[in-house]
Order: sequence, then C-alpha cells, then structure tokens
Amino acid sequence: MKKRFINILMLGVTLFTASCDKQLDTTPTQSLDEKDALKTSKDVEVALVGAYADLGSNDFYSGRIFVCQDLLASTTEISWSGTYEQMTQMRNKAILVDNSFVSGAWLDAYRTINDVNKVLGALSVVNDDKKDKVEGEAKFIRGTTYFDLVRAFAKAWNDGDPASNAGVPLVLTPTVDINAGSQVARNTVAEVYAQAISDLTEAEAKLPDENGFFADKAAAAGMLARIYLQKLDYANAANAANRAIDYALAIGKDLTPSYADAFPTSDGNTSEDIFATQVTASSGYNAYQDFYSADGRGDIQINDEQIALYEPNDDRLNIFYESGGSKYCGKFDYLYGNVHILRMAELYLVRAEANFRLGTATGAEPLDDINKIRERVNLEPYASEDLTLDKILLERKLELAFEGGGLNDAKRLQINIALTSWNAPQLVYPIPIRELRVNPKLTQNDGY
Amino acid sequence: MHMRKSIFFLMYLLFAFNIAYGQSREITGKVTDAKDGSPVIGATIRAKGGKAVAVSLADGSFSIKVDAKTVDLIISFIGYNDQEVVISGNVMSVTLTQNAQSLNEVVVVGYGTKIKRDVTGSIAKVGAKELTNTPVTSFESAIQGRASGVLVQQQNGKLGQGINIRIRGASSVSAGNEPLYVVDGVPVITNDLSSNGAQTSPLADLNINDIESIEILKDASAAAIYGSRASNGVVLISTKKGKNGTSKIDVGYFTGFQKPTGKREFLDAKQYVDYFTRAAKGAATQDVLLGYYDNIEDALTDELDYVESRFTRYSAGNEDWRNAKVNTNWQDEAFQNAPISQYDLNFSGGTEKTKFYASGQYLDQNGIIIRNNYKRYNGRLNLDHKVKDWLSVGMNMSFARSQNNRISNDNAFSTPLQIVALSPITPLIDPRTGLTSGALDLNTGVPNTNFPVYYNPLLSVGNQTYTTIVNRTLGNVYANANLAKGLIFRSEFGVDQLNQTEEAYYGSVTARNTGVPNGSGFYSSDQLLNINTNNFLQYSAIFNDLHNLDIIGGTSFQKQTNSSSLAEGEEFPSDAYKKLASAASKTDATSSSTEYSFLSYFLRANYKFNNKYLLALSGRYDGSSRFGANNRYGFFPAASVGWIISEESFMENMKWINFLKLKASYGLTGNAEIANFAARGLYSGDGAYGSQAGQRPTQIANPDLKWETTKGYDFGIEASIFNNRLGFEVDYYERNTRDLLLDVEVPGTSGFATQLKNIGNLKNKGIEFTINSTNIQTKNFRWTTSLNFGANKNRITNLGGQVLGTDVNKAKEGASLGIFFTKEFAGADPANGDAIYFLNTPKADGTLDRTTTNDYNAAADVIVGNPNPDFIYGFGNTFTYKGIDLDVLLQGIQGNDVYNGGGQYMSASGSNGFDNQTIDQLAAWDKPGDITMVPEARLFYGNGVNPSSRYISDGSYLRVKAVTLGYNLPASFTKKLKIERARIYARAQNLFTITKYKGWDPEVNADFQASNINQGQDFYSAPQLKTIVFGISLSL
Repeated sequence: MKKRFINILMLGVTLFTASCDKQLDTTPTQSLDEKDALKTSKDVEVALVGAYADLGSNDFYSGRIFVCQDLLASTTEISWSGTYEQMTQMRNKAILVDNSFVSGAWLDAYRTINDVNKVLGALSVVNDDKKDKVEGEAKFIRGTTYFDLVRAFAKAWNDGDPASNAGVPLVLTPTVDINAGSQVARNTVAEVYAQAISDLTEAEAKLPDENGFFADKAAAAGMLARIYLQKLDYANAANAANRAIDYALAIGKDLTPSYADAFPTSDGNTSEDIFATQVTASSGYNAYQDFYSADGRGDIQINDEQIALYEPNDDRLNIFYESGGSKYCGKFDYLYGNVHILRMAELYLVRAEANFRLGTATGAEPLDDINKIRERVNLEPYASEDLTLDKILLERKLELAFEGGGLNDAKRLQINIALTSWNAPQLVYPIPIRELRVNPKLTQNDGY
Repeated sequence: MHMRKSIFFLMYLLFAFNIAYGQSREITGKVTDAKDGSPVIGATIRAKGGKAVAVSLADGSFSIKVDAKTVDLIISFIGYNDQEVVISGNVMSVTLTQNAQSLNEVVVVGYGTKIKRDVTGSIAKVGAKELTNTPVTSFESAIQGRASGVLVQQQNGKLGQGINIRIRGASSVSAGNEPLYVVDGVPVITNDLSSNGAQTSPLADLNINDIESIEILKDASAAAIYGSRASNGVVLISTKKGKNGTSKIDVGYFTGFQKPTGKREFLDAKQYVDYFTRAAKGAATQDVLLGYYDNIEDALTDELDYVESRFTRYSAGNEDWRNAKVNTNWQDEAFQNAPISQYDLNFSGGTEKTKFYASGQYLDQNGIIIRNNYKRYNGRLNLDHKVKDWLSVGMNMSFARSQNNRISNDNAFSTPLQIVALSPITPLIDPRTGLTSGALDLNTGVPNTNFPVYYNPLLSVGNQTYTTIVNRTLGNVYANANLAKGLIFRSEFGVDQLNQTEEAYYGSVTARNTGVPNGSGFYSSDQLLNINTNNFLQYSAIFNDLHNLDIIGGTSFQKQTNSSSLAEGEEFPSDAYKKLASAASKTDATSSSTEYSFLSYFLRANYKFNNKYLLALSGRYDGSSRFGANNRYGFFPAASVGWIISEESFMENMKWINFLKLKASYGLTGNAEIANFAARGLYSGDGAYGSQAGQRPTQIANPDLKWETTKGYDFGIEASIFNNRLGFEVDYYERNTRDLLLDVEVPGTSGFATQLKNIGNLKNKGIEFTINSTNIQTKNFRWTTSLNFGANKNRITNLGGQVLGTDVNKAKEGASLGIFFTKEFAGADPANGDAIYFLNTPKADGTLDRTTTNDYNAAADVIVGNPNPDFIYGFGNTFTYKGIDLDVLLQGIQGNDVYNGGGQYMSASGSNGFDNQTIDQLAAWDKPGDITMVPEARLFYGNGVNPSSRYISDGSYLRVKAVTLGYNLPASFTKKLKIERARIYARAQNLFTITKYKGWDPEVNADFQASNINQGQDFYSAPQLKTIVFGISLSL
C-alpha cells in the first residue's frame, strides 16, 4: 500500500510540475502588447482619443502651462500666495532648471506628439471614410503642441533671427525603440513654426466642419490665426481668423449672450468654445480652476491694479468676486469645467487687430469686430474715428485676461514686465535638466 | 524552545527504532531544569563509552539500559550545558543548566532545519528567548535591534503603516528592496494595496505571539535556495507547534497607553504676527527691486495692508490678532489619547500521534494621531498527526481580520500633523459660527474656502472616514512520507488569501480638502490569491560514522493573482448617506487584474566530515512570468564551507575555547521584484477623454529584461569561550549586484520618460558582529548581555551615467543609494539677507569654488547628506533575580541624515505662505551685518526655500527601545491557585530617545513618497509611539 501511494504521489507531482511551465505565460489585462494595439481602424481611432487625453495632461493643456505663463507675465495686478514652489519661481521670474512643471510640460507635450505620430504611422488601417478626419485631428494636435512648445522653450519669433534661434526638436515619426537616434537636436524656431503651420494647414483641409468637442476646421484655422499673429504675419492672421469665424458661424457657434456664459459652472463646451480640453468627474483636470478659483487652491488673487483697467460699467468686472477679503477671478469656478483653449472672442480680436494694422477689412471692419466684443459686456461701441491700436490691444487684454495669453502677447508687443525686459531670458523656460542629462545634442537656453 | 524540543524528540524516536537493545541493567530517572525544576523533554541520555541512548519523555523521565561497564551517563539537550553524571543507583535525578550560547539550537533554513553549529551560511535568529517575555504587537518591533545587520524602520507613527527592512543594505535602485517573507514555507503576499498613497505593512496581520522563531537568511549561501527572489535576504517565520505532554492553556492580557515620542515647537500668536509683519516689510523691499513700485513707502503700504487683511482673515474676521487674544497650539490638537489592549488565549498539547496548537488574539489600539485606530482578530490552528508510522500529515492555518481606521498620507492637507501650518491667531472655534474654524462661511452657507490658512484637519474628525479591512487566511497543509531509511518525501501546499476592502467617506464639511462640495466616497476591493506548492525529497545518511550527508531536492511553484476594483462617487443627499448607493454622480469605476508565477527547481547538499569539515552546495533554477521572452529562466548557485577548529586534536589543550568555527560562502541570488509586465511594450486603455474611450502607449518594450543578480560572499567566525559564558560571531561580507533593473531616463522627445533596463551595478560591504555573554550566573541572579552591530557601506558603482531620483534623494554613481544631492546652503547674506549657497563648481585646479552666490541655479549640486546609517546596533541586557526579570533593549543607528521636506513651508523664513513657522526661524536676518543661517523673512518671495542642505540634520539616535520588568509569581503561590505559571509585567517601548534631530522623531520616512531612493525624509510625518503597557500572562 505504501509503495502504491508513493508511486501515485510521484506521478502527480511530475504531472503538476510539467503543467506549470505554461503558467509562466501570463498576459496583462488592462494593457495591450503594442504589436496588438493598432490593428484595426477602431484601434487607431481610440488611440487618437488617447492622444487628446495626453494633450490635456496636468502640465500641458489642463492649462497649467498657461497659468505658469500668466505668472511669468504678472506684476502687481495679482497677488500670488501659493506654496507650489514651481509656480513661485514663475511669479518671481526665477525658474530653476529642475522645475517639475517645466519638465512636466516638456514630457507631456512630447508624449502627445508620440501618440499622434503613432496614429499617423497607422493611418493605412483606418477606414477610408475616416482617414481624413483622423489625419486632420492628429495633425491639429501635433501642430498646436509644437506651437506651444516653441513659444515656451525658445526665444520669441520677434526676438532676433528665428531662422537661427534654437527652437525645440521636431520628432515626426513614432518611437519604436530607444536608440542613438532618440537623441535629437533642436530645430530652429522658424522650422518649428513652419512645421506647426504645415500641420495645422493640412488639418484645416482634412478636418470635418463639425466634429463634436474634437478639433474641427474652425479649431485648426483659429490656431493658425494665433500662430500668424504671434509671428506678426497679419495678412495670414486676418485670413485664418476670418476662415475660423466663418467655419464657426456655419455650425452655429458665436459669442455667448453674456460674458459670464462663456465661463459656465456646468459640464460641456459653450457655443463660444472653438477648442476646449474636456474635463469630466472621471478624467481630465482644470488647472485654471485649481489656482484661480477660491474653491480650488485660490493661490492667485486679483488686485485693484487689474480692476482699475476696466471702464466702470464693464460687465467683465462682474466676473471677479470677493472671498475672505481678497478678490478672485471667477472664470474657472467649476471643478469639472472644460479648459477653454480657444474661444470665439479671440478670433474676432485677432481679425480686428490684424485688419487694423493692415488697414484691411478681411471678413469685417475692425470696428465691427471690436464693438461686437464691447457690446456684449454693456460697453458703449466705439465710433470709427475713436478706434486705435492701443484700444484694440486693451480690449484684447481685458477680454482674455487670465486665460493664459499674457506672456506671449507681451513678447509679441514687446512690453516689458516691470523691470524684466520682454525678451529677457528669464521669460523663456529652461530646457529641463533631465532632458539635457540624457540627450547631449540639446543646448540650454540663455540665462540657465 | 518547545518546537526544538519536539523536533528532537521526534528525531530521536525515529532513531530509537534502530538501536539494538543491550543486556544488563536499566537506569531510570528524571531530567529537570536547574532554574525552575520543570521537566526537560527530549534530552538525550547516552552511556559514556557505550552505545545506549535514550530520550527523556514528556514528564522528563527516562529509562536507559546500559551494560555493566558503563560508569557515566552524558545528558545533553539543545540550549543546555552537557551534564556528565556518575551512575549511582538505578534511579537518578539530573538537573541541566541553560546555556547562553546555544550552538545546538535548531535553525530553520529554506526547506528544512539545521543545527546552528553546522550552519555555514549567515543566519540571524530571533527566537523564543527574545519573543516570549517581551510581548509586542507588530512584526517590526519584534526584530528591531535584535538582529545584526538588519535595519528596521517604521515610516511614521501611524498604525499598520509601511515598514522598511534592509538586510545588509539595499541591493536595488528600482526593483524591490524588501526581503522575501516566508511563513511556514509559504512565500507570502507583500503587495501594498493601500489606496491613499501611504503604504501599509503586509506583515501587520501576524499575531506575533504565534511566532516560534524568525530566521533571517542574510548571505548568499543561506538565501540562494530561494533563487531569484533572495537578493534582499529571506525572512523565515515559523509558527508554534504543540508538543507532546500535558495540555496547557495560556492566557495573556495587557493594557496601557501610548504617546508621541516627540513634539516640535512653533511660533505663538504674538511671535506669528510680529514675524509675518517683518516678512511683509521684507517683501516690500523686493517689490521695489523688481520695479513693481517706485518707492518703498507705496510698497510698504500695500504689503502691510495685505498682511493685516490676512491676519484679520485668519483671526476669524476680527482684530484679536492685534493683542494675541487667541493663541492656539494647533499641534496639540493633532494628538489623541491612545489606549492599547491585547488579549491572548492559547491551547496547546499533544500525544505521541497528534499535536496541536490553537490560539486566538484580539488587539485594540488607538493611534496617537486623531482618527487613527486599529483592531485585529487572529486565530490559528496548527495540527500534526501521524497517520501511519511512515506518514504524517499536518497543517498550519491562520486567519486574521483587521480594521484600520486610517488617516491621510503625509502630503495631504487633511493629514492631522499638517495642522501645525495653521496660524496660532486662528481660534479653534470660529466665534462667528460657534463651529470648528473652517466649518462654515456665513456668507455662502458652505465651508470656508480660505479660512483658516489651509484646510483645518480637525474638520475631518467625525466627518471623514477611511477604513481598511483585511481578511486574510494564511497557511499550508503538508504530508511527510518516509520512503526508505533516511529518505523522506515532503509535499506542501500553501495558500495566502488576502481580501481587502477600503472604504472612505468625505463629508460635505471637508469640501475644501476634497474640492467636492456635497460629499464624496470611494470603495475599493482587492482579492489576492497566492498559491504555492513545494514537493521535495530529503535524504540523510551517515557513513562509517564519519561522513554525514544531507540532500534535499525538489520543485516549487507559485502563482499569485490579484483582482481589484474601485468605485468613486460624489454628490450625496446629506452626510447621513455615506454609501455609494446614494451618490448622485458616480465619478469613477475600475476593475483590474494581474498575475505572476514562478516555477523553480532546487537542490541542496550538505556534507559533514568527521564532525569538523562542513560543505554545502545549493542551486535553484527559477523561471518567472515577469521577465522578457529572451531571459525567462535563471540559475542561482551557492557554495559554502565551514571548519570547526575546536574539534581538532591540536585544540584539545585550549580548554577555554569551547567552540570555534570558521566559515566562508559564495553564491548568486536574484531580484525579481518588478512590475508584472515590465518587459513588454504596452498600450493602456486609460486614455479616456470627455467620456470617450481612448488608448495610449504607456510603456516601451525591453524583451531582454532579466533578473538583477547579486554575487555575494561572506567570511565568518563563530566562537564560544570560557565555559560557554561568552559567545561571539563576526562576519565580513560583500554583495555585488549587477544588471540593476533601472527605470532609465530616456529622452522625453521619444514620448517616454523612462525605460526599464538592466544597467548598472552596486555594491554593499560590511561587517557584523554579535556578542552574547553570561556576565553573572549565581543560583538566584543571572545577568546576560547581547550586543549586535552591523556596519554596511552601500555604493553605486555604475548607473550608466545617470542621476536618478525625483526628489532631493538621488541615486548617483560613486555614492550611496538615496544620498541627498542638492545645493549647499550658506545661510543669509550679511549684506541683504538673501539666501546664499556655496557655488561648489569645480575650479581649474580641481578644487571646488567655495564662494557663495544668491543665484540658486548657479550653485552646483553636491552631496550634502546620506540617509544610510554608518552603523546600526542593538544592546540588550537581561537580569533575572529569583522570579523577577528585567529586560532592557537599546537600539540605535548612527551617521544618517534626515531631510525635512516640510522645511520649505514650516522653516521657510515666512517666505513661502502663511504657514506657522518653527521657532528657530526667529533668528532670521534683520539688518545689514547680521550673521545668521536664517535668510530674511520675505512673504511669498521664497527666500532660501528651495531644496538645499538648509533642511538637513543628523538623524542618528540611540533609543531605549524596550524595557520589560516582569515578575513570575512563586510556584508555592501559583499551586494554591491551581495554575502552572503566572507572570505580571510592565513594558515600555520607545521610552526615550537621545538624538540631535530637531523634528518629531528621527525614525521617519514620509509615507507618500517612500521608495528605494527616497529615504530619510520627514514631511509632517507622525512621530513614533511611546508605549507603556501592564500585562499578565497565566499558564493553566
């Protein structure tokens, strides 16, 4: 009996062990091996959605990069009382090379670029009827990402020679492995602008007129208008803004009835949003809310110096509210509000400024565009003889206040920030130290 | 001890079958312990010069047949001095005295046991001696300071929180650094399942009173039998067994209280107002320098207006701050009364065929921090039955249920100790509402959004719950079959099943902390199943009385599957509804699963020649699902030798040397503690955007990924001298780890930040020693001392040129893991109060430029501190006088630094927010010419708050870790009560600490960021617990 028992036992053990070998082949459940990830049209389409999610990452189009730039451009119009040292550095115009919001922006942006490069590399499996849309969206994301990278990490277009100033590296193919070729050098500012313009121009051509909250023709043309304005190319800026306005109006978008309506405390885009990062309770993050709203961290308070800029009956004053003895900006009071990246008002302002500078009336007279903005906020329309460039620029400043554009406007318009010159190296992000460590081909920006 | 006895008893019973019975006379008698007269079970009684052997039974009695020539008997037993007695009459009574140096002690090794004298590897044992009389509630307290070369640290004083155990230093930068834990042969689950960003301890579910012994396998030869998971050492935990003899009931109870080991001093109300007024003036100067104002008067007016409006705000909207009418000590509010009680009940006993040990325990403990409470029930049944004379079966089964009411991680505004940031001018109760400050803003009808200065953690009391419930079943069943003489087959099947739920509710009054106005909650569930089966053959034989051979070989398979789910919701009708069923908005729901498996083959041979020369060889062939297709299996061999010199004839004249052994070992071990699918290129489906599903690339592939390999060697001496009164062990070791699994930084332009690769080497070397001595031994008084010491030097030799680490701690070539690498702070510029730093840039002659700069970016990063200690030690003294015993354990670590990560807020010259400041900030620069290490106070100008050596301090400490004073009631008294043994005791833990550290407690590692690299960081971390308990234990 003992012997038989032992024989059975041994046999059992042998069989069990033999069957275990297969158990070493485990498969992940929440992830897919990359070779199986982009096999069908649907796979590529959801990878494109993933790219939007990465675009909206915490350090990028969640708006944090823009809040940081607002702080870089700030003087006495706000008070900063936050404890995020990364942002205190922005406020004090003394960015450290290891600022994690800076390296975060860099990493988030390039991750997004790789996402869309993968999508573009897999276009061949996308169904024909969706190919243009997918390609257009991918190129919209890449174009806008490069534009914001080059604005943050390189000298302004109008500071010296963009054809020789170092921009950021252009990576246009998907990463399959890490090798020597992964160390890329910086392209020039002009090359990066050209790439962004080319991507967005193709996007405008290929995108559908209407595309839900994803990028559409108006978004691509609107972003182009922003780029052309930044490079002082007013003719193209006026044209692109005009096309964007036409696309938007054609699908029923226009200024919201009131200024406050453009900053709702509810879900979804407004009729004025040309492009907005989507935030829901379960995905996305709105950095503006975090830092500006008294319901968030409330680290940024609005001072009387800002209030003094408005005419007394300007409805835009009502967006500011008081709490605990300080004023806060109420544009971002909803925790799960979408992040307004580009809204209709800006397009009118670009068209007006560009037309005014050129003396043209592409699409509309500058006066009409400006008055459209003014009338919404209960201000007297200007008479045509009263309109000046300064008034257009002031209107722009007040309309778009605290929406992330202050620094790049200061650079474009060559306005110093207190004692800091508009083209001072402190107003350009450093190339993140972590990036310099692993890529000897990169050069650091002046002043770091 | 009991287990040792029973194992020996078993072995001798087996052995006894082979003894030929002689003729002549029979001697009977009894063996008792000299100390307390208790029977010694399983002692060997041998006829000197003859072959007869007998073993003492459960009542200590024995009977031996000796031939006529025999004059003397030799009685021996593990843990006792050998006793030689002259036969006088046929009935004898023998007393044995306990031996301080237990060379014959049984030591548990992987898949078996060994006698200590025959061990050639390096194994530290914490056994009955340390565990019995000093009841502790957690595993880490049981071994801290008890084993040489084993660094044990608790991250903070929250209950059930993460622990770090480093055996002979850290061997990995990115993979795991914790040892492999094996309980009764089952490698246990050690996943961190916490959802709140602070680790929990996987060993918190153990009933320490169930533990018979803890063996820590330190060197490669001892650990290599566990192959790819042995690089960090292996901790073997063996639970108690029943023993043959009368059945017994043990009852234990203790109760007491706990307090924080230390507090910090902060500004009071008057100091706070004065200080921040100064800070506003400092800021005004800067405003002018930056061109915000044309003249200082305007700047001052604005800054003072601003700061005074804030004082009013933080003073609950009134001017009480002007005369310090309110002076709140917020720190005191973070602590609570912390009683602790534990109840134990054990039954044990057995017959020759069946032995059992059954236990139950209940622990109820309040943390020292508000809202922290831990309750645990444990039950265990260990059973062993002899089915046939060649077959025995058994089981060790335990269950545990624990409920931990946890608090937020150290980085959360709601973590109670962040309360110290609140202003002393803020009242506890807001006079405008009569409610806790922050609870209600009368203007809005909802909690204040900017009063007090931060979220008030007291609002969480009663309005925020976070409960972690663990149900765990751990154990195994086994069968032992004697196949032939000396050949045993053993089969074990082990299970560790852990089900954890975490449930939290954050009431509407916590809105400022959660950002959610109407309550939020979550529920998570984790189900982990770890199955393990070991099947192996043991063969042992003695040839020609000279060659002892012992071989063990078999297979092991382990598979762990984890499934997790989590749901979150917001918008509750009221705080009376706390379950997700009532959440109007379900904000998140996820489920996930993962698994890994190991398939292994192992073999070990031990050979002993003439009781003097020892040789051990072992090998393990391990396969793991975790590694790349190109490197799935690895082989981990080890060899060791030993020479018991004291057995040599040339040592015969040196009677004072009782035992002397030299040993050496060499072997390879691996580290496989990485993510389950780390080798693959992955897309993850977590790229949802605006409620549309999305996927995105999350990991770049590395099909060549394989184990980290550690090549270790160890040289040691063990000796016992002066009639075994003094014993010592010394070991020197080196451990060289190659193919470090590193999250290697890659150019971010690739779309990835890091890639896991086998790059890099690091080295640990060190010496350890243990000294045990019996200083005084008289009939009534005994004093023994035990000292252990370990010095380890950790050095990273190759990281492919990278500097890793996201915080001040870095991993850097040429330095120890986790060194503090940042700017060297030089204090305040006497001219203007700017924070200044040493440049430390290399000059042409190779020296460092020691001039200072106020440009933080211009100063070079240098090594300004090291969180790794130079050495660690434990020093225990035990005194017994009649029934009284006193055990004092000192424990210390020396030469490590601690970085106060909260310093940038709490010791920031008032220049980084309105956080209340530590008292030392009063020394801030005030006027030109001031020489001080505290820069000028400049509100929101961050003067010197960036990481630098400003926040480093010496973390060395010497602690009175445990003092136990016990009294065993005299037998005469207990007999009357019909109880076998009664003991009352008082025990103090962390009684006091000698340290230069200025923070709460130097034993600290901020829980939200603790990692291999991030060590020695303090971030509002709760201090350790000072515990004083009074207890009683009875044996019936």
